[in-house]
Amino acid sequence: MTTTEMTDPTTAQENAQRDKSDRQRTFWHKTTPYWFMSPYIIIFGTFGIFPVLFMIYLSFHTWNPVAGLGTMEYVGLENYVLSLTDPTLWQTLWNTFLMALYSGVPQHLVALPLAYLLVQLGKRARHWLTTAYFLPYVTSTIAISMIFFVMFSKESGIINQALMGLANGSLTGWAFGWLNDVMPLGWVQENSLIRYSVSFVVFWKYVGFNIVIYTAGLATISDELYEAAIIDGANSWQRFTRIALPLLRPFIFFAVTLTIIGNMNLFDEPYVLTRGLQQASTNGMTISNYLYRVAWEWLDMGSAAAISWILFMVIGLFTGLYFWFFGRRGLGGE
Amino acid sequence: MKTLTPVQKENLDGMVKMLGKALLWTALLTAVVFTVFPFLWSLLMATHDRTTMFSSGLNLALGDQLVANYHRLLDIMDFWVGMFNSFSVALLGTVTSLLFCSMCGYALAVFEFRGRKVLFGMMICSMMLPPILTLIPYYMVINAIGLSNTHLAVWLPFSINPFGIFLIRQYVVASVPKDLLEAAKLDGASAFRTYWSVVLPLLRPGLATLAIVQFVFLWNNFLQPLVVLTSSDKMVITQMLRSVQGVPNTPWGALMLGTFISILPLVLIYMAASKQMISGLTSGAVKN
Repeated sequence: MTTTEMTDPTTAQENAQRDKSDRQRTFWHKTTPYWFMSPYIIIFGTFGIFPVLFMIYLSFHTWNPVAGLGTMEYVGLENYVLSLTDPTLWQTLWNTFLMALYSGVPQHLVALPLAYLLVQLGKRARHWLTTAYFLPYVTSTIAISMIFFVMFSKESGIINQALMGLANGSLTGWAFGWLNDVMPLGWVQENSLIRYSVSFVVFWKYVGFNIVIYTAGLATISDELYEAAIIDGANSWQRFTRIALPLLRPFIFFAVTLTIIGNMNLFDEPYVLTRGLQQASTNGMTISNYLYRVAWEWLDMGSAAAISWILFMVIGLFTGLYFWFFGRRGLGGE
Repeated sequence: MKTLTPVQKENLDGMVKMLGKALLWTALLTAVVFTVFPFLWSLLMATHDRTTMFSSGLNLALGDQLVANYHRLLDIMDFWVGMFNSFSVALLGTVTSLLFCSMCGYALAVFEFRGRKVLFGMMICSMMLPPILTLIPYYMVINAIGLSNTHLAVWLPFSINPFGIFLIRQYVVASVPKDLLEAAKLDGASAFRTYWSVVLPLLRPGLATLAIVQFVFLWNNFLQPLVVLTSSDKMVITQMLRSVQGVPNTPWGALMLGTFISILPLVLIYMAASKQMISGLTSGAVKN
């Protein structure tokens, strides 16, 4: 570019225009990633970050949502004090813990051997069986809980009817006759049974998911290892405990972590099985159910916010402790 | 001990093997019956009314109340309205999430930009946040921006599923060659054009996985609709089924029919594409 051209007014104008479009282009170029990220930034800001910050703020206030935002009042730590001294909170926390245990432990104890048996089969058989086992995971917890609610029914449910059949059958009566004294069992009516009933449904729904994880894990173990063990004279039980289990450790660790997090958040199953709050709710209510009740039935949003944080802390504590005890060994394989 | 002849020993080994196999199949098939039974039982109950259902004794015969139960079902709830609502929530939510998650996943995989690490870290953290924790502020935000009792409120927050973004990012890194992106740039394609006509077609398997995860989640979701959707013409099917549970003299046969129909769409899709659905729904857990 020569100086004479620079002084030419028309060319200067053109240059200015080119500059402008260049600048525009670099602006678009520089901001492109942010345009692509904008859905996340906007939606997560609205439904993710703001809520969490607001929850902190809300937990120090009392607020009735029906009466409007103006009724919000600063109460300091009162919500936390009230919640922590609320026996129902501790009761529901204990329920959540027990049901997590009752449904979680059998899940893995059943899924592991079943997965081990599954991988001994041919591809076709394995595929069909896995498809069947995984089915409950695909269906909605509400639908499943409704079905089980009917199955658990005191007077006519299939479970009580089957137990009655066992108790009065000519072949099985001697072993199950004692059931006649306790029948009919109120699986979803009685406080003493509700935890087992809820846990059973949870167990039933998630066992297939764990089977799939464990079959995938077992598929990563090479046949040569098993063959070498057979040559060394290991029987199938030894092959399971000495080869499969140790090599599955990272998978077990991961699956158990998912179970802990999922079970601490349990809501749908007990919500349906305890008929939303009327019966058997003392022992069957989880902390999530209680939180829903405090917030939407008692309309005490401030306390509910405090309970949310307590729940968050508890889940964090449990996962933290679990990682502390098992994490290093659990992730050792990776 | 008497020593066995080789033939006897072979026979014994064979018998032990057979016995083992029989035990193996017994265990596996018992588990299948155990898994499938509740579904079949709900279908069986759909053919009974209260009188035959509450008759004592184990009753495994088909009833003749199927049609009557269907009419009862339509009496107690707007069943097909609920089914349609669930379907529209799940479909809109899935399509939007495919767009949003692929945009974000593409950006995180391809561009270097300020704040990338922060955004990525936030995504990972938000995956660990228990859903119940954000339920109250979610409800308030929805009310504040005037979305209460709308379907948008139920699917929009999930359209940026961090798991989905993460999944797509991994897919872009693994299956979109860097050279291809360079070539598109040299040809003068804009970033958006590159994303739309070069990257998206390559992401099809990842998008299919994400679609499965989202659709199943949205169809089965209960918690968010429960607090947001209040009028019966907006309710999704899970909510409707649950809401008639407390009705006195609940027509359980009709309700079982409704429950069975409500799980049928997903079960049918599952029958047709079980492999894809299993690997999709466990893709967060199992590395392929």
